[in-house]
Amino acid sequence: MKYIEEYRDKQLVYNLVNQIKKEVTRSWTIMEICGGQTHSIMKYNLQDLLPEEINLVHGPGCPVCVTPLELIDQALTIASKENVIFTSFGDMLRVPGSSNDLLSIKAKGADIRILYSPIDALKIAKENPEKRVVFFSVGFETTAPAVALALKNAKKQELNNFSVLIAHVLVPPAMETILSSEQNQIQGFLAAGHVCTIMGYHEYWPISEKYKIPIVITGFEPVDILLGLLKVVKLLEGKKNIVENAYGRIVAEKGNESAQKLLREVFEVTDRKWRGIGTIPKSGYRLRKEYEQFNAESIFNIGEIKVEESDLCIAGEVLQGIKKPNNCSVFGTLCNPENPIGAPMVSSEGACSAYYKYKRLVNV
Amino acid sequence: MNKEKVLNFELNCPIPINQYERVLLAHGGGGKLTNQLIEKMFFQTFDNELLRKEHDGAVINIGDKKIAFSTDSFVVNPIFFPGGDIGDLAVNGTVNDIVCCGAKPLYISLAFIIEEGLLMEELWRVVQSINKAAEKAGVKIVTGDTKVVDKGKGDKIYINTTGIGEVYPGVNISPANCMAGDVIIINGKIADHGIAIISKREGLAFETEIKSDTAALNKMMEDVYKNSKEVHVVRDPTRGGLASSLNEISKSANLGITLFEEDLPVSEDVKGACELLGFDPLYVANEGKMLVFVPENEAEKVLEIMKSNEYGKESTIIGKVTKNDPGIVKLKTTIGSTRIVDMISGEQLPRIC
Repeated sequence: MKYIEEYRDKQLVYNLVNQIKKEVTRSWTIMEICGGQTHSIMKYNLQDLLPEEINLVHGPGCPVCVTPLELIDQALTIASKENVIFTSFGDMLRVPGSSNDLLSIKAKGADIRILYSPIDALKIAKENPEKRVVFFSVGFETTAPAVALALKNAKKQELNNFSVLIAHVLVPPAMETILSSEQNQIQGFLAAGHVCTIMGYHEYWPISEKYKIPIVITGFEPVDILLGLLKVVKLLEGKKNIVENAYGRIVAEKGNESAQKLLREVFEVTDRKWRGIGTIPKSGYRLRKEYEQFNAESIFNIGEIKVEESDLCIAGEVLQGIKKPNNCSVFGTLCNPENPIGAPMVSSEGACSAYYKYKRLVNV
Repeated sequence: MNKEKVLNFELNCPIPINQYERVLLAHGGGGKLTNQLIEKMFFQTFDNELLRKEHDGAVINIGDKKIAFSTDSFVVNPIFFPGGDIGDLAVNGTVNDIVCCGAKPLYISLAFIIEEGLLMEELWRVVQSINKAAEKAGVKIVTGDTKVVDKGKGDKIYINTTGIGEVYPGVNISPANCMAGDVIIINGKIADHGIAIISKREGLAFETEIKSDTAALNKMMEDVYKNSKEVHVVRDPTRGGLASSLNEISKSANLGITLFEEDLPVSEDVKGACELLGFDPLYVANEGKMLVFVPENEAEKVLEIMKSNEYGKESTIIGKVTKNDPGIVKLKTTIGSTRIVDMISGEQLPRIC
């Protein structure tokens, strides 16, 4: 397939791997931020092609994984209500809340639908005026503009049976949290290409300078990832703590400015709790007061939900790159895709699910 | 842990009720949960020698005849889709299951569960389509049943078909016959059916030319069975796709399977749709494909026979059976690395057949 297969080219992959081997003189711990990158690394088993000096650790870029349990429980409560059509991305449906997941609630009769775009939720709202349609909006900067557009249209069309449960988080504050941790071992970052498509990469310069770390904007196909790695290894070996773009075919320095404008119009930055990590200041979006009428949290007024995380799950450490999924005592045994204990075992972007799906037998 | 999943009541039910209080859609998705249901609840309850063969149908001896017997239900939504409808799917699906037993399909039963309010014109279209598919496959519909349920208690129409056929002399098809060194042939491009269905679903609809591959493959396989007695396993990779069928076979046979990504036939349109939707074509359903396991020295002959049929023109070898890693399916990727192809645990697409 054009513009995909070129980036899965065997010869290019080998050339890049050989260049990385030539450049590397010592061991480096490098984190890929995005869960999409993690899955690509596992799907193509890139670690096996790389020299052993390169230690890849997996970042927090799995929106489903970092959505706090309280919010999932709120979603479950809202979805169980009469006359509600609850919509979300497919990944969200199997994420375990404290006592249930959305698919189990669906089996009990709740109207839960998988969507690919929040715009489709508006269509459902229009077609079902007697129902309350809720979109559970998870994701990083990448998915937020589509939600903002849906909300803008909802306002224009005066749709009063549509609302959103917002769980949007932002990448740069999470990177800072990881770098500030005493346990931090990360020496270089592969930044999430799609997030940068929207936001550009000027935000990464201050992080790179403050924490003295190279950051390379990286794509998702094997050739993209290896190119990102080659660049970051060169920067590390040359002791250059700067930001570089290895995903130039998609990412511009300033990003998508009209999407950013839309985001500013609908959302404002707020503190957000990350599952497994805790509250990170200014790390997420909430609705501006002009859009408060669409806020499912206030419409359904669920109130405070007390939750208890499983003490077996080490998702927090996995998401910060401190541990790998196979370091977990319940990985592949008590915790597996049929019975996930933590969200990273569920999501198609979760590191634990990637290890389970593509790699578990190598580690057993 | 999931509270609902650790309920304390005990039923003498072998499926872990403590895990799932209710049946989920994924229990019918053809992946791990379906397997768990079949293994732990159905096999244990109905345990017998024929069922234990874990085949697409049963092969029964009646007098001196070997009869293949198989059943399948069809609940696809929407009932009309690009390339076919629930009617021809119901005929082709059961015909292919009989074929997987090494038999010539002969007679089919047809049972309808119809939702009150279905347009008579739609029912007529389905019936016409069933008739046409049965004629093309050369099978007779010889018995049937009709039930109508209240509006809202069904989804337009569900169809069950059961088929019987006569096993070809000298042919013995079973996952247990799979041998290290066998090569795996498929008769064309994968994942068309699942993608054609999803392209018409609410919330996921997109413009595409992709059509379901639904087809009865009995004529193609008749030529194979009549000319080669060395076919070991035949399986139609429907629900759960190629990955699920191959995992089932590798587990039953206790042998490894290696697939070559470069050799997997997938159309450009399906590749594009899968990229867009985040699907892996290995897990997407087919309704007109056969996986044929034969010894390497027989492969060329079987390939030629398959290629001479209208549904086998693009037949090709996609993998091989190995002694190493029993029960595991591996994929040699296009970039030369190797990874596992696991059985899907939930489902990628609901109700595709």
